[in-house]
Amino acid sequence: MLQTYTWPKFEYRQSEEQRSGHPRRHAVVVVGAGPIGLSAALELARLGVEVVVLDDNDSVSIGSRAVCYAKRPLEIWDRIGRGRGAPTLGERLAERGVRWKIGHVYFRDEPVYSFDLLPEPRHKMPAMVNLQQYHLEEMLVAACAAEPRIDLRWKHRVVGLVPADDHVALQVETPDGVFHTEARWVIACDGAHSGLRRMVGAGFSGQFFQDRFLIADIVMQRELPAERRFWFDPPFHRGQSVLLHKQPDKVWRIDFQLGWDADSEVEKQPERVRERVRAVLGEDAGFELEWVSIYQFACRRIDRFRHGRVLFAGDAAHQVSPFGARGANTGVQDVDNLAWKLALVLEGRAPEALLDSYHDERAYAADDNLRASTRSTDFITPKSRGSRLYRDAVLGLAKTEPFARPLVNSGRLSTPTPYVDSPLNTPDAEACNGAMRPGTVCADAPIEVGGRRGWLLEQLGEGFALLAFGPRPPVAEVRAGAVGARLLHEGSDWHDAEGLAAQRYDARPGTVYLIRPDQHVAARWRTFDAAAVAAALARASGQRG
Amino acid sequence: MPLIRTPQIADPDGFYEELIAAQRDLDDEHCALMNARLVLLLANHVGDRELLREALAAARPQQP
Repeated sequence: MLQTYTWPKFEYRQSEEQRSGHPRRHAVVVVGAGPIGLSAALELARLGVEVVVLDDNDSVSIGSRAVCYAKRPLEIWDRIGRGRGAPTLGERLAERGVRWKIGHVYFRDEPVYSFDLLPEPRHKMPAMVNLQQYHLEEMLVAACAAEPRIDLRWKHRVVGLVPADDHVALQVETPDGVFHTEARWVIACDGAHSGLRRMVGAGFSGQFFQDRFLIADIVMQRELPAERRFWFDPPFHRGQSVLLHKQPDKVWRIDFQLGWDADSEVEKQPERVRERVRAVLGEDAGFELEWVSIYQFACRRIDRFRHGRVLFAGDAAHQVSPFGARGANTGVQDVDNLAWKLALVLEGRAPEALLDSYHDERAYAADDNLRASTRSTDFITPKSRGSRLYRDAVLGLAKTEPFARPLVNSGRLSTPTPYVDSPLNTPDAEACNGAMRPGTVCADAPIEVGGRRGWLLEQLGEGFALLAFGPRPPVAEVRAGAVGARLLHEGSDWHDAEGLAAQRYDARPGTVYLIRPDQHVAARWRTFDAAAVAAALARASGQRG
Repeated sequence: MPLIRTPQIADPDGFYEELIAAQRDLDDEHCALMNARLVLLLANHVGDRELLREALAAARPQQP
């Protein structure tokens, strides 16, 4: 077991404030140094915010957990993990991980159909990359350690929390005892069993699924294509499901559905697991067991993402079943939504009420993800005879009937939820075609900047931006209070190298888009109107209801 | 356009016989599976979500 990776041990250091007994009031304390907490820290540091990150452990994620990272999180890591001249975090993850886009679905002893994620070509980041969570975390920790604004504190466990009007008081336990500290804002990224959720008295509701899955990471020298494989009711695991994914370093991840009545202790026995793996890969398959664990899952979310000065993100805010890779992928988008808003509030450039939109938008996204993963779960593990009949009917028909293939649900892979009814959006005043509706994530496109090839998304994400096509608007910046949107005019500031930006943005001359710092569209128009843009900018930054 | 509930099938007795005959040699489990497949095939042909919703509501039996 555990042959392919050596867990780093991060150094515990007593903080000056604990040693001296003089508590500091930090701008932001992030609780939890998993992928979400570490991403939150990078986001905020990049915006000039000093961040303290507390983690009760001193290493990275143990075992086999998150595996599949979708395009949107990769784009976010590409943006927030940007060192001068060096490859970005997103680029390094895309390089280190295993890219895939083909999936095969089997029912009983036959292939049913295959899908292609069909990533639109000419985007910087790939559709999906597989990488062990510990590799991701190690890269995130290194990026945080290189950032002077981030104070990463290991073996710091939050044991108490008391909210006040203008700050949160935290009781923190370390190997040197308990000390008191304060933060103007706390971001709770402390995972599925969040202690902070309990401390603020948050509700956490949804559906708990009566099922168990066995995870096995194996090391296998045999080369197989990087294609996801999902089996419904295969001969080697009757009445249950199996999922196979390729990871780097010749590590493969297999998930076996066990059913609710499975005996965890029996199922975790190495010989039993090896037997199951041989049934999938063949009796002659050569492999080593790297990791074995059993999990159950639920689809639930927190009542409010904002509890006063405590903001919840990642698994602390929502849990989904793993089908469709919506756990970490959603959490990263949570903090991408939150960070720019929190930075504006900390700088006094936007009212605190802007943070309520974090709940509005990310609860909406969480509900979208919960709905999708619940639907997948119902298809993969039908709860009633009638449900199972329909499931098997779909699988049987899919072999010969094209209409049935879109109904096969072995997990709908994560895509960013558009903030359709967000209060920060300005609805289209006139009919506007094109997919870049208010609330939607901006599409990437190959471009040219300063004589060099680059990508459109690389230009977006430093504050608000005004993407303009056709005639150049008369101002270099539009302001609403203390918030500005800088002009990015196609033709003067960047060039649509292959005409794909114009296509993807339905860019008739005069078309203008107001883009938020998280690369979501806030508003769009067919002609530039400074007053309209200013109003939309005020709205998007919470300065106007 | 609402769900059509007036007679549309030509030779209704002939259709009824075909429907029953199509399942005569199937055991209960296969009968149920066939019905599910038939629902899906016809639902796809109908396509319209409003119509399907109406049909689902009309199909749901009253519990005693």
